[in-house]
Parts: sequence; structure tokens; C-alpha cells
Amino acid sequence: MDKKVSFDEERCKGCELCIEACPKGIIHLADHFNSKGFHPAAVTDEEQAKCTTCLLCARMCPDTVIEIFRPERVAR
Amino acid sequence: MSVKVFERPKALSSVIFHYCPGCTHGIIHRLVAEAIDEFGVQGKTIGVASVGCSVLAYNYFNVDFQQAAHGRAPAVATGIKRCLPDRTVFTYQGDGDLASIGTAEIVHAAMRGENITVIFVNNAIYGMTGGQMAPTTLLGQNTTTSPGGRKPERAGRPIRMSEMLSQLEGPAYIARVSTHNAAQVARAKQAVKKAFQAQVDKKGFSMVEVLSTCPTNWGMTPNEALKWLEENMLPVYPLGEFKTEPGLPGPSAAKTTVPTREVKTD
Repeated sequence: MDKKVSFDEERCKGCELCIEACPKGIIHLADHFNSKGFHPAAVTDEEQAKCTTCLLCARMCPDTVIEIFRPERVAR
Repeated sequence: MSVKVFERPKALSSVIFHYCPGCTHGIIHRLVAEAIDEFGVQGKTIGVASVGCSVLAYNYFNVDFQQAAHGRAPAVATGIKRCLPDRTVFTYQGDGDLASIGTAEIVHAAMRGENITVIFVNNAIYGMTGGQMAPTTLLGQNTTTSPGGRKPERAGRPIRMSEMLSQLEGPAYIARVSTHNAAQVARAKQAVKKAFQAQVDKKGFSMVEVLSTCPTNWGMTPNEALKWLEENMLPVYPLGEFKTEPGLPGPSAAKTTVPTREVKTD
């Protein structure tokens, strides 16, 4: 399964605005640090499936850390 | 297969912002860059940076930039736009820059109806210099130069630039938007696009006032700051469109100023 939400960890400053914005509550701060010394935002691989690609986290992110991928619709 | 539906706009460079964690400057930079991308004018846009935290905006936008003296961005933008009328010219100013030292420049650029776009970031405090009182500081708000809160008998009352400038005949579009949640950010994007549209259509001066936070100098976490903005700033700075020239997309504004009649001279 492809990732729906990806974080550019080096850009993240751990401000937690995306955590508050996420309606599914799947974003958390990772335990590790980035090179600036911040805990970057992350979504675990298991929680990726819960992402609805609503873009709210990306819209609130002040550092454009987040990229969103939406599964392509297959015509039936 | 999946499609990328959200990425960093092309009009932003890859440089990491120097802004504090949770500072909404980053959101507003992105909105402006997305508008530039969507109008397809990256190659012929000239930004004018102010003095304040956004002084380094020229590092972050992938467009031509000019740095202006404190508060003088609308005057510099006037010169650029008059020399190069085919360029999209915008200024990016904070409240310490636009509403304080630059009041004369902004009022007269608006009065002349210069065909420029102004992005006015209002966070009710001087951010870069360490959290001093700004003209936009709320009554009772603690800052380093108003310990115990801003008192009206000493320091006056907060200045509402959007309402003030919308009384003039020059501006084509004036709106106030906010960044306190994702829905408001989406609305802010529409307002920024409309302001650029006004310039593309040669309607005249356009300004978007964006309510913003300063978690560091307000002494709050980024999320607390967004809540503080919603609870305290919105009653003082109501959101909405204060002036919309007919012909711009979207609902027309409730208030439009009546143009002054020309005096006939023989």
C-alpha cells in the first residue's frame, strides 16, 4: 500500500499544528530528532490506511512539510 | 498508483523558513506562492519585502524581490509597477511595518489606487524586535512595552487598517481573513487570489489583511496561539470583505464607497 501522507522531516519544527488539524488523530511527533533538534511529525505505517487525504494537515503546516498522495480512482 | 494532490508550490524556493515553530507566516507564504503558481506569473512577479520577521521573504519566494526601507514597501512597489506595468507586483508587510511606520505610504498608495497587491500580516505585536506593542495590539494585551496590558488612555486603541482603507475610493479589493484553522486558511487563499485578480484586471489597489499568530512573543504554544487569535482577535478584527470592485469574482461587498464627483473647472 502506498503512503498517503509523507513528511519532509528536515523541514519540520514540531509545532504540532498538523496534529490539532487532523480529524483522524493519526499524526504524532516521532521519538527521534531531525538535524535541527526538533521531533518531526509522523504517521505510522499502520495508521497511513486511516488517512482520508483531506489535506487539513497540509493546509495548516507552516513549513510545507507535508505532501499528500491520493489513490487514483479506477473506472469500473 | 496514487496521485500527488498537495505539494510545495513552485513559487517557493527550497530554503527552510527561519520563522519560529508554528508561526503562520509560513502558511501565508504558501498561499501567496500558490496564487502566483495558479496565475502562472512566476516569471514576471516582483515582490517587495518589508522590515520585520518577513524581511527575509526574498530568500523564500522564487520570484524577483526588492527589499524596501521600513514601512516604505507600497512606495517602492508603486515605482516598480509604474515602470514595469506588465509585472505582478506585491508587497508583504507586517503590522509593525504597515500600520505603524508605514501608515503614510499605505494610505497614499491606496488613495492613488496604485495597481499593486498588499499582503498585510497582522499579529498584534512586533515579532522580530522582541514583542513590543504595535498599533494593532489589543487593549489589555501584555507586551514588553505594555506590561500590565495596553491601556487606551496611554496608548490609544487598536487600529483597523482594512476598515480605514476601505473608506478610500482608490482600493479595488480589501478583505480581512484569518489563519486560525484549515477552513479559514482555505478562505484566505480565495481572498489572496481575488486580490491578485484585481491587479491582473487592472482594477487598482488590493489588500488582504491576514490575522496571524506570534507564539514566541505571545508566550504560548502554537496551538494555544491559534485559539487566542480566535477568541481575542476576531472580536476586534472582524473577518470579511470590506471593499470589492464590481466585476471581481465572488459575492460583491456590502459596502462600496460613493465616488466623489469631479469638479468642473472652466
